[in-house]
Amino acid sequence: MPENASHTPEAVERMMDSTLDSVDSAEELALGFAERAGVDEDDLMKIGMAVRESMVNAVVHGNRYNANKKVRFAVASDAERFTVRVADEGEGFDFASLPDPLAPENLMKTSGRGIFLIRSLMDDFQVRRLDSGGTEVTLVKNLVSK
Amino acid sequence: MSVKLTTRQVGDVTVIDVAGRITLGEGSSALREALRDLVGKNQKKILLNLGDVTYIDSSGIGELVSGFTTVTNSGGSLKLLNLNKRVKDLLQITKLYTVFDVHEDEAAAIRSFA
Repeated sequence: MPENASHTPEAVERMMDSTLDSVDSAEELALGFAERAGVDEDDLMKIGMAVRESMVNAVVHGNRYNANKKVRFAVASDAERFTVRVADEGEGFDFASLPDPLAPENLMKTSGRGIFLIRSLMDDFQVRRLDSGGTEVTLVKNLVSK
Repeated sequence: MSVKLTTRQVGDVTVIDVAGRITLGEGSSALREALRDLVGKNQKKILLNLGDVTYIDSSGIGELVSGFTTVTNSGGSLKLLNLNKRVKDLLQITKLYTVFDVHEDEAAAIRSFA
C-alpha cells in the first residue's frame, strides 16, 4: 500500500501580493502540503523548486511586481496527486514561442530556464490563458507508487 | 537564510565559499556583486566552492553562467568546487555541467589553475 494511501485530501487557495516574499510563502505552503501527503525528500525538492519558478514567473514576468495585481496560488493533494495552480493578472505570453534553453545558441544565456525546469521537475505542466487576461499554470506531481 | 559568501586567498587563487540559497533577489545579486568585484580587482583565478549551497533556482543558475562569462571575458577563469547532488543534477539537466570546470577536491582544483 502506498505510504500516502490514507492521506486526507486537502486544498487551499490564497491571493498573494506580487512580491518575492509571496514566492517564499507559496513555496513554504506547498512544501507543507507535500510533506503531509507523504512526498519523499527528492520530490519535495522538485516541487519546491517548480513552485518557486512558477511564482517568480507570475510575480516578475506576469504581474511585473505591480502592487495592484495579485497572484492566485492554489494547492491541493489527495492520495493520487499533488496539484498546484498559479495564476497571474499579467498580459500573458506565448509559451510555445519560448526559446529552447538547451539549444547551443541559448546555453550561455543568463535567463530563460524557468519553464524548462518546471517541466523537468514535475509530472505534468499545463498553461492556459484566463478569460480575465492573466495566465494560469498547473503543476502536477503524481503520488502513487512509481 | 539567504546566502553567505566568504572570500579567502589560496596562493593566487581566490576561493569564494558560498553557503545558503542562490535564488532570485538577495542571493543571486550578492554572488554577482562578489564576482564583479573580483574581476574589477583584476583577479583572474576564481574558485567557487558551492559545497554548502542548499538551494539554487534558475536565477542562481543564470548567475553562475553570467559569472563564468564575465570572468572568462576578462581573461580569467572561474571554476566550481564541491557541487552537491542537487546543484549537480540541475547543471546536468540544463546541459551546463560540461561548460564548467568542476572539481571535487580543493587542492586539485587550486593546482588546475596553474
